[in-house]
Amino acid sequence: MTEITVWSALAGGSMIGGASALLFYKQQRIAGISGIAAGILPPWNAESGWRLCFLLGLLSSAPLYRLSGQPLPIQIDAHPALLAVAGLLVGYGSRLGGGCTSGHGVCGIARLSVRSIVATLIFMATAGVAVYLLRHLL
Amino acid sequence: MSKNIYAFIFGLLFGLGLIVSQMSNPNKVLAFLDVAGNWDPSLVLVMVSALLVLGVSLRRMRSAAGVPLLQDREAEQQSCEIPKCGVDCQLVIGAIIFGAGWGLSGICPGPAIVGLATGIPGFYLFAASMFGGFFLFNRLHRK
Repeated sequence: MTEITVWSALAGGSMIGGASALLFYKQQRIAGISGIAAGILPPWNAESGWRLCFLLGLLSSAPLYRLSGQPLPIQIDAHPALLAVAGLLVGYGSRLGGGCTSGHGVCGIARLSVRSIVATLIFMATAGVAVYLLRHLL
Repeated sequence: MSKNIYAFIFGLLFGLGLIVSQMSNPNKVLAFLDVAGNWDPSLVLVMVSALLVLGVSLRRMRSAAGVPLLQDREAEQQSCEIPKCGVDCQLVIGAIIFGAGWGLSGICPGPAIVGLATGIPGFYLFAASMFGGFFLFNRLHRK
């Protein structure tokens, strides 16, 4: 169970939006994490380099956050078998659907792409159903 | 080279945003998705603020010279890959599969990468599976 966190949500969300805006402004690239992460798999091309650097930045965020002395607000309770299945679904599904929470949910909706709005509504609804099944029916 | 340094910095900022907003906290995400339970609407605020900042920035960029429209850029990218416009089966089925995985775990790709540097073992498993999913997609849908 968690409590609503208004200010950290607004601050963090602004950072996510700001990072996406900067990536587009400086490099005309869309901050879709599934595409960036999948893009470091072979075959490599001219895009692989910056993608790897972006991912290294993501990887550095938790260690840097720890330097602030605050406890890292990250916790997993899910069973390992569930995580393995979920990871496969997230990886395959995000590629098939052409994006994930960042690419469709933030970048796509920000430019009012119909595809992204539809995708986001569908994956939010499906995720809600999955949580309902797991927490209230099983 | 500066391109890569910028990409690193933007990735770092993006990751810090995920941590600060708790989008990278699976328990928080699951509490947001659990509408029938003790619903935590915080992530609505995360999305709204991210969309506002990006949306306003894009509008300003559009009026500035020399920066192509995001739509044009995407159309260009897509024409090189799988041609797809509008809503199609791949989009719908992909979103359903992705949503199922996100709901079962509370983890999406950004938080999966951020989590790899937290020392929490669950993220190693999740990320390995996720890259397996990427690999599977490449094998099945790309030559």
